[in-house]
Amino acid sequence: MLSARLSRRALLSASAAGLALVSLGLRSAALAQTPPGVLILGQVAEPKTLDPQAATAANDFRISANLFDGLVRFRDGTLEVEPALAERWEISDDGKTYTFHLRPGLTFHDGSACDAEAVKFTFERMLKEDHPYAKTGPFPLAFFFSSVTAIEAPDATTAVFTLSEPYAPFLANLATPTGYIVSPAAVAQHGADFGRAPSGTGPFKFAEWRANEMVAIEKNPDYWDGPAAAEAIVFRPLTDANTRTAEMLAGGLDIMVEVPPVTLSQFRTDAFRIVEAAGAHLWFLILNCKDGAFADKRVRQAANYAVNKEALVNDVLEGTATVAAGPTPAAFNWAVNPDVAPYPYDPEKAKALLAEAGQPNPKVTFFVTEGGSGMLDPVAMGTAIQADLAAVGFDVTIQTYEWNTFLDQVNPGLSGKADMAEMAWMTNDPDTLPYLALRSEAWPEKGGFNSGYYANPQVDDLLNRARISTSQDERADLYKQMQVLVHDDAPWLFVANWKQNAVSTAAVSGLALQPSFLLTLKDVAKA
Amino acid sequence: MGRYILYRLISAVPVVLGITVIVFFIMSLIPGDPATAILGAYASPENVAKLNRDLGLDRPMVARYFIWLGNLLTGDFGRSFSLNRPVLDEITERFSATLVLAGVSLVLCAVIGIAAGVVSAARQFGWQDKAITFAVLIGISVPSFFLGMLLILTFAVNLRWLPVSGMYEIYGGRTLWDLARHLVLPATALAAVATGVVARLSRSAMLEVLRQDFIRTARAKGVAERGVIWRHALRAAMVSIIPVLGIQAGFVLSGAVYVEVVFQWPGVGRMLVEAILKRDLLLVQGGVTFVAACYVLFNILVDVAQSLIDPRIKA
Repeated sequence: MLSARLSRRALLSASAAGLALVSLGLRSAALAQTPPGVLILGQVAEPKTLDPQAATAANDFRISANLFDGLVRFRDGTLEVEPALAERWEISDDGKTYTFHLRPGLTFHDGSACDAEAVKFTFERMLKEDHPYAKTGPFPLAFFFSSVTAIEAPDATTAVFTLSEPYAPFLANLATPTGYIVSPAAVAQHGADFGRAPSGTGPFKFAEWRANEMVAIEKNPDYWDGPAAAEAIVFRPLTDANTRTAEMLAGGLDIMVEVPPVTLSQFRTDAFRIVEAAGAHLWFLILNCKDGAFADKRVRQAANYAVNKEALVNDVLEGTATVAAGPTPAAFNWAVNPDVAPYPYDPEKAKALLAEAGQPNPKVTFFVTEGGSGMLDPVAMGTAIQADLAAVGFDVTIQTYEWNTFLDQVNPGLSGKADMAEMAWMTNDPDTLPYLALRSEAWPEKGGFNSGYYANPQVDDLLNRARISTSQDERADLYKQMQVLVHDDAPWLFVANWKQNAVSTAAVSGLALQPSFLLTLKDVAKA
Repeated sequence: MGRYILYRLISAVPVVLGITVIVFFIMSLIPGDPATAILGAYASPENVAKLNRDLGLDRPMVARYFIWLGNLLTGDFGRSFSLNRPVLDEITERFSATLVLAGVSLVLCAVIGIAAGVVSAARQFGWQDKAITFAVLIGISVPSFFLGMLLILTFAVNLRWLPVSGMYEIYGGRTLWDLARHLVLPATALAAVATGVVARLSRSAMLEVLRQDFIRTARAKGVAERGVIWRHALRAAMVSIIPVLGIQAGFVLSGAVYVEVVFQWPGVGRMLVEAILKRDLLLVQGGVTFVAACYVLFNILVDVAQSLIDPRIKA
């Protein structure tokens, strides 16, 4: 008797649940469509702050790049600077004084004027520890502008920067979010919460931030460079890559950034569009040039010949990267040396070099990270590299670390710990990476990132001269010479340049990715 | 009873204090500091030192602990480095999301688990028992994050019946209905394992009770079988089922971490995972202390409930 009752009841409730599910389905089919004129974009994490000086993550810059402008900006599709808030500028002959002339009549979203005083305020807040709003920081990337000693505002549209020494990357740094101009009135009003109530001059203005749910920005109809195509953009934080992919497939997103290589094939249909762009990114292995097997240049070159970079970018990374030739990514089109070609995959040559060096079976320890900014697929890549090196005689031991622990191990220098380590950098100027990580003055104990202790006086000299030159042609020439030397010395194993990717639905037009990794959405529209 | 509750509450204080000490020092001992996490590739010793100074992390560890504890006692949990907002705001928002998810899952697992256990026991070795045991085995064996992905693929991506992730539609009225639709999949994924455990333990608890004399007496005096099972036997079996529920509440809370990541549920579990990866000391310390305090409180409630049901357990 009991069984009859229970099973009948079970049957009833099961069918009721089934009905409920079907009716849920009918309701939600209509909701899965995103509203017209509003772009919903799947981001990789909850943003930390929209204060451009306080932010450090690409995830935050994707939003703030649409809310703010700098004095200059990167020309579409390049890493060359062009006028933005400043319509023109002059550089003094000694390279120490930059005079910017602002467009007249600029206003922030809060209505206050964007003038030379605002420029002065923006940089002094970040650089002067006794500034009344210094406590709205910290500003971790302020060192981009550490050579600035004074900013003057002789009149409303003129801002004069004085540098302690000539510093060629200054203009490129002004085009990064750390150089975006913020509204002094809004900083005064919101204090440390400015990052959650930002006000700039950009094509979109801040609308709403619901923690862990979304950040919404809406069109600024009075934008100085013409209004944006979309009415509003909603950024959703979707940390898990599988969930982000599922949301995109289910119709909950219009655009998704950082598509995992393995899921890219699911979007190769008419319903979606894939955009890619090579970025100023370099994925490489730091080789310990001071002690151990890699102290011998021939062993370093052997490692470069031994690794099949083509297979790495095509198979492990599924075509989401290109093979790196040398220390300067090809995205720096004006500074890259076209004669520097990638080390070809040549295991026989690698074996010959090892024999010549008298080390047919070098034992090396290899630091691998589990993840991290710009690190792509570090464990799979590390394993593939280990196999390639083993094939020519290397005896490679991998040690894997979580990203922060990894940085703690690698940045203070590899000596006594490892022979090679994975690393990746995204930069805005061809100066940054080699200056911080290849000069002998940049060894870890001197505060730099040359964790493999590479030293070549000629490279030092070229980099020092390029940094103080104000002529782009002269700088390009110096960087090209540097690349030849570094390519031959092989202090690194050059592996890949990442192509950033994004997917949109077929209804979205105008989406393009920039080599600067900044996501500009002004001209993106949805049919 | 009042004295018992008071006694339990007071004895919980050192437990929570101990937890603060452990969390604080573990977070300080793991390699990698917040400055490194913030600066990433730019984390040179010089930049790290300056940022640590700006963040107030250059003071000695013990001093930092007491400053933090002192602020905590006045209700000030500090400001999160990684989210740039007060820790307490973040925790209360996130914790309420987790409570909704874990609460619904726990109710699901209690109702379905106990019902399944009772039916299994009443029909021992019958087909219902076998079917339930099989389902329970699957529920216990499939990890919740994997079940979650399967549910998303089936019901959200392919059938498009339910949303993939989040707690509310972005352009919705934030209605109870909206919340319910978003809850179905994550709550199912989260409840699966706990339901299995509860069902199994309810079954054995019921079997034990059904063999006892008072059940025979009840049957002998003509109580309907339904009454015997649900009124007499279940009430007695609840004494051993309730503590299991208490333990499962802990598992559901910790299991919520995986489910929240898969379904992008804005809960405290996901918050803690992200905070640990970003070395957000204050957020981790505040979050763990808060969750631990809630767990301790919940266990006290379970013990009190048990002593109310079973008069043999006295204060």
